[in-house]
Amino acid sequence: MNCRSELLEVTVEARQVEESILSLLHTILLHRSTGKFHYKKEGTYSIGTVGTVDIDCDFIDFTFVRISSDELDRVIKKAVSEFKDALSISGNDGIGQISLEFYQKKKSRWPFSDECIPWEVWSIRVNVVNLANEQERQICREKVGEKLCEKVINVVEVINRHEYVPKMPTQSEVDNVFDTSLREVQPYLHKITYQITDSLGTSVSTTMRRLIKDTLAL
Amino acid sequence: MDSDLSPQDKKDLDKFIKFFALKTVQVIVQARLGEKICTRSSSTPTGSDWFNLAIKDIPEVTHEAKKALAGQLPGVGHSMCVEISLKTSEGDSMELETWCLEMNEKCDKDIKVSYTVYDRLSVLLKSLLAVTRVTPAYKLSRKQGHDYVILYRIYFGEVQMRGLGEGFQTVRIGVVGTPVGTVTLSCAYRTNLALMSNRQFERSVPIMGIIVDHFVDPPCGSQRPANMGQPCNYRAPDDDHGEAFAGVQDSQEVCTTSFSTSPPSQLYNSRLSYQPPLLAGTTELCHTAANPNQTLHAGKEDGVMLHPAQPYHATDAHLTLEHMPNTPASCGDDDNLSHSGEGRRSASPSDPVESLNALTRKVGAFVNKPNTRLSASMDLPFAAFAPRGLDSEDNDPMVHPPDSPSCMSPLQASLHSQGSEGSGQHDDFVMVDFRPAFSKDDLMPMDLGTFYREFQNPPQLASLSLHISSQSMADDLVDSLPEKLAIYERNIDEFDAFVDMLQ
Repeated sequence: MNCRSELLEVTVEARQVEESILSLLHTILLHRSTGKFHYKKEGTYSIGTVGTVDIDCDFIDFTFVRISSDELDRVIKKAVSEFKDALSISGNDGIGQISLEFYQKKKSRWPFSDECIPWEVWSIRVNVVNLANEQERQICREKVGEKLCEKVINVVEVINRHEYVPKMPTQSEVDNVFDTSLREVQPYLHKITYQITDSLGTSVSTTMRRLIKDTLAL
Repeated sequence: MDSDLSPQDKKDLDKFIKFFALKTVQVIVQARLGEKICTRSSSTPTGSDWFNLAIKDIPEVTHEAKKALAGQLPGVGHSMCVEISLKTSEGDSMELETWCLEMNEKCDKDIKVSYTVYDRLSVLLKSLLAVTRVTPAYKLSRKQGHDYVILYRIYFGEVQMRGLGEGFQTVRIGVVGTPVGTVTLSCAYRTNLALMSNRQFERSVPIMGIIVDHFVDPPCGSQRPANMGQPCNYRAPDDDHGEAFAGVQDSQEVCTTSFSTSPPSQLYNSRLSYQPPLLAGTTELCHTAANPNQTLHAGKEDGVMLHPAQPYHATDAHLTLEHMPNTPASCGDDDNLSHSGEGRRSASPSDPVESLNALTRKVGAFVNKPNTRLSASMDLPFAAFAPRGLDSEDNDPMVHPPDSPSCMSPLQASLHSQGSEGSGQHDDFVMVDFRPAFSKDDLMPMDLGTFYREFQNPPQLASLSLHISSQSMADDLVDSLPEKLAIYERNIDEFDAFVDMLQ
């Protein structure tokens, strides 16, 4: 089974980086999260309820919907903030790409660690521009809002193709498919990585470091 | 075909589609209330949250939806549509978007009803939540207020998109295959809003966000003037004053909350097959289609209007719904408004514009401010905003407005600088004061707009006045120069010694 990969590209001002990425990540996670599973006897389970919150962006003429879970929001904001800091350190001409990867765990026998098999990867490529005056910023505010509207529709189109998603697990395997650490909601297992390419073409990648780390951990 | 579907599955599927249709209407209408929506997640299932999503049910909306469906389900050739339109304070209306829940003949026989269809309908509802915030009508609905309001209309039958104008765009939100057909949810939205803006500028040129009841104290709990019709007010379900709305018993049906963990046969690449249109119920469907008025609000101009009671300061989830009865096709006419039961803009028999004129002529922006720095020179465009001149106040139209039957906005006053001429075309202008959001005019007599304009045109400092300063400098020179020369001549030796010291 091949991992499904989608790329979304946005061109924004520096102050719009966080909100634009948050809006897209939350839109994806809204579709890739369920309520908490409550397993009962006889092999049945019930699902909790997912609430939603409208979020108005401060620097973009745009409103998006996220899951009503402060825990999840904090985790996502932290990752996006790290990406934004890395992007700003790299300089004004840098291009960054942040990826949201959904994966399943596959149990391996000792001494091998569990294998993480990605089944869907959403990459958001961010181009940061500098604008000269307030009028351009105002235009950018509206244009970026319109672009994000298009991206949301793209996300919705992909998700509603109903291509592969992991099948519903039994109670013993739920942690291999879902992130059960949150109190109120249960997203599919996911991780966020990013890659910054500065103007010199050098690439700082968190994914590479993690791969090496995982290999050395064996 | 139905024969392959167990009775329980068929029953479940019908229930899923019915409640999906009702929840779809709720999501769309709530997204056009003009307020941000916030619901809470709950880790424990309550049994009443269909599709595991916290979507509140507004009873009036459920009632309207059920009335439109009249016991039918969306089927092949019979779609459930929610039309969103905009109605201005002058009575002009325009369709903004049409959301369609349709069913086509493609069947997915192998799909599991109890989980897969349910889960995919849940995903589709989430997609609807996301997409309702990205169409152009969302921004318009967030800004609705006294200039215009957003209405919705639910109908069942053939999709009507004629009112969306040329070049409308279509977005397909998603599809869910079921054993009896494929459910499709889509939206067609207007892209050409120019018609609305042109008509607006034919009548009035609002600077921004004009609230026409600036000089009228809003009745308690509502911002609508007391002479308007009676709306059907909605109270939030947890409000002590809420009353159970008749006909909502069906929505209390417990939704499916238990699922089996035995390996479901989730075949995501299952075969699709076609089936001939259902024969059962065809007659009934035709009957419904032939008499759409039985399930619709008759006429395109009708609809149910929704407007939050407090568009700027709302903290409660109040929704003002107004039920409009049948009106003639030309309901853009103010007279029709006064006769219909339509809430917001129907008034006493007097023309609402005239009543507003009577109110606003008493006090207007820039009229009763004796210290205004706006001049009365009428020869230049935007002369009203020119620096203060020496024109007397008698000629200042800002102080003594011309005898026009209607008042003009300040921008109009400057553009039509001949004053009272062209009063015929100003009949529909209403001079109102700009009140920005969150401003409190009871504390400060001057509003932000006025302050900003005056700040932009401060009076010139007297000392920097060219003719005065130049005159005073010349006088000083003439008067003091001989004395200074005399002093310098007396002390010439000291100056020479000082210069030698420096060298």
